[in-house]
Amino acid sequence: MIEIKNLSASVNGSEILKGINLTVKKGEIHAIMGPNGSGKSTLSKIIAGHPAYEISNGEINYEINGKMKNLLELDPAERAKEGIFLGFQYPIEVPGVSNFTFLKESFNQICEAQGVEKMDDETFLKHLRSKLKTLEMNESFLERSVNEGFSGGEKKKNEILQMAVLNPRLSLLDETDSGLDIDALKIVANGVNALKNRFNSTILVTHYQRLLDYVIPDYVHVLYKGKIIKSGDKSLALELEDKGYDWLIKDS
Amino acid sequence: MKIEDKLQDNYKYGFITDIETEEFPKGLSEDIIRLISQKKNEPQWLLEYRLKAYRHWLTLTHPNWQYCSIPPIDFQSIYYYSKPKTKKNAYQNLDEVDPELLETFEKLGIPLTEQKRLMGVAVDAVFDSISVGTTHKEELEKVGVIFCSISEAVEKYPALVKQYLGTVVPYSDNFYAALNSAVFSDGSFVYIPKGVKCPLDLSTYFRINAKETGQFERTLIIADQGSFVNYLEGCTAPQRDENQLHAAIVELITLDDAEIKYSTVQNWYAGDKEGKGGIYNFVTKRGQCRGKNSKISWTQVEAGSAITWKYPSCILLGDHSQGSFYSVALTNNFMQADTGTKMVHVGKYTKSTIISKGISAEKSQNVYRGLVKIMPSATGARNYSQCDSMLIGDECAANTFPFIDVKNSTATVEHEATTSKISADQIFYLQSRGFSSEKAISLIVNGFCKDVFKTLPLEFSVEAVKLIEMKLENSVG
Repeated sequence: MIEIKNLSASVNGSEILKGINLTVKKGEIHAIMGPNGSGKSTLSKIIAGHPAYEISNGEINYEINGKMKNLLELDPAERAKEGIFLGFQYPIEVPGVSNFTFLKESFNQICEAQGVEKMDDETFLKHLRSKLKTLEMNESFLERSVNEGFSGGEKKKNEILQMAVLNPRLSLLDETDSGLDIDALKIVANGVNALKNRFNSTILVTHYQRLLDYVIPDYVHVLYKGKIIKSGDKSLALELEDKGYDWLIKDS
Repeated sequence: MKIEDKLQDNYKYGFITDIETEEFPKGLSEDIIRLISQKKNEPQWLLEYRLKAYRHWLTLTHPNWQYCSIPPIDFQSIYYYSKPKTKKNAYQNLDEVDPELLETFEKLGIPLTEQKRLMGVAVDAVFDSISVGTTHKEELEKVGVIFCSISEAVEKYPALVKQYLGTVVPYSDNFYAALNSAVFSDGSFVYIPKGVKCPLDLSTYFRINAKETGQFERTLIIADQGSFVNYLEGCTAPQRDENQLHAAIVELITLDDAEIKYSTVQNWYAGDKEGKGGIYNFVTKRGQCRGKNSKISWTQVEAGSAITWKYPSCILLGDHSQGSFYSVALTNNFMQADTGTKMVHVGKYTKSTIISKGISAEKSQNVYRGLVKIMPSATGARNYSQCDSMLIGDECAANTFPFIDVKNSTATVEHEATTSKISADQIFYLQSRGFSSEKAISLIVNGFCKDVFKTLPLEFSVEAVKLIEMKLENSVG
């Protein structure tokens, strides 16, 4: 699905990523963990194409129509149209634009780019309703302006709703679990699990092990000072929960 | 890519109609005013009104309180009257109109001929100093609605014109009102009789074409008791290097239980990227709710002109009368706008609403200036104002100058204001959902303007959205 080779990147002259190597295959869930400021969010933003970061070295290749293509040549909208989705740590408000319009336009332009037929309002609403149900969201969400006046938990749910509606091939979830109470966390995890199949992949960026109780990762990576210092399976996350990061940092 | 780079000036109405014109000599004098009046076959009282206005204007100096820099205007180097060359001084019907002219309006999306005219909207098309034609006239006459050019109204309905002209905006009101009262050429006249709900939307389309010519239009709309009219105004001008002056007066009058909705989509040429050329849009627009329960609503989308300087206002005389002002003012490049409204509450339980959205990009200046005045007689008056500004980029400016003057303690006045900036993160968020950066900006801006756009008639609202999108379009894309 995606192959990151020796990726280094900086913002405003300071280097944040220092040679990342990561391969995610179809059907896999990868969790990226690490202390604050290690570059976790940066990595997901760079994959989605945030313009603030400068790539100083390395490459990102992404599978498009069965071939690996240089992802860095695509702008963020093109990446979205190729099935990359970033669930934001801090979702942005768009006052005056209803969630429904936003979701529909987003969905239809991605359909159009992928050569799939667009949906009219009625069909799309049906499509939406089933997703709302999975996420235990009220239909009144659709009439509200995008993220405006939403609570922290509602914003995160809204990100997962967008993901569910857009059905991406590669989902990047940047600290989607932070700020969620345990009930909301379960609902969000259900949403992520419901979407998982053998053709798509997920990268979870998280601080805490608790999300991984509900979404079981195939791999766990620890990012520290811009490098992956340790990779393992689910048990690594549990070990981190137990021992913290210090033992790894000393080793590195 | 910087957000500013995505903005550009994309003006598709900048073409010039190559047509032979006749104009009076440049400059302003009593002789020129006499010539205009004579050309239009005006009664003596109107000539005297013009001359009084002119003599008053001579005593005035150009105001300088506005928050925009206006280069000195040489009033002697402007043509005050220019019209396409014909044998007659007014067109009796469309057959007399030069095909080139009809084509011009068709190109602007305003077909005038019987076969092509717009459904559901009657249009008065004004080209420089003269009205080219008014559509759907017969249909309107059936219900007693008068819709024609003001010149025609002076000839055919002199009593009505005399009764109302200058009663909302007296010639002594301000510098440009005096100038307009002296030299006004064409514009529209509307009278809606008692109890009539106008069956069509009425619309005037203003086109400035001739070089170095000022357009001084005059519009007068009277809604008699219990009547209703929806009125739309559009404007464009060719792309020229010199600045051109547009100084209009619009007067609205509603009697008991009558309502006028007046909407403007203003897209005068705004000058080029370096700020060269463009229209000076200095307009006095005012409505008087004379009757009880009457309503006047102004909606404006100001997207053009090098300088926009206007305050469509409401004088709420009748008890329980209502005024509203909904405005979107978009400035980019070197454009300047100082616009807003005045709501003067005189009658009891009068109500006013102000929703203003200013968007500034690049090096432009955008000012909201407003006055809410509650007179001692206005028991129980209410006002709600909301003024929001949006900044795109780092070099533009937005200012808000709200004045509130309350002389009756039973009044309720609310004012809210916000300033926001389109951030790179906001654009990235939308991009990551598949929106191109242009689409993202236009979605954000349209969301910002929603409360105003929804007050426009449907076709106009579509037009307004397109206009804003076009203004914000990327030159590379």
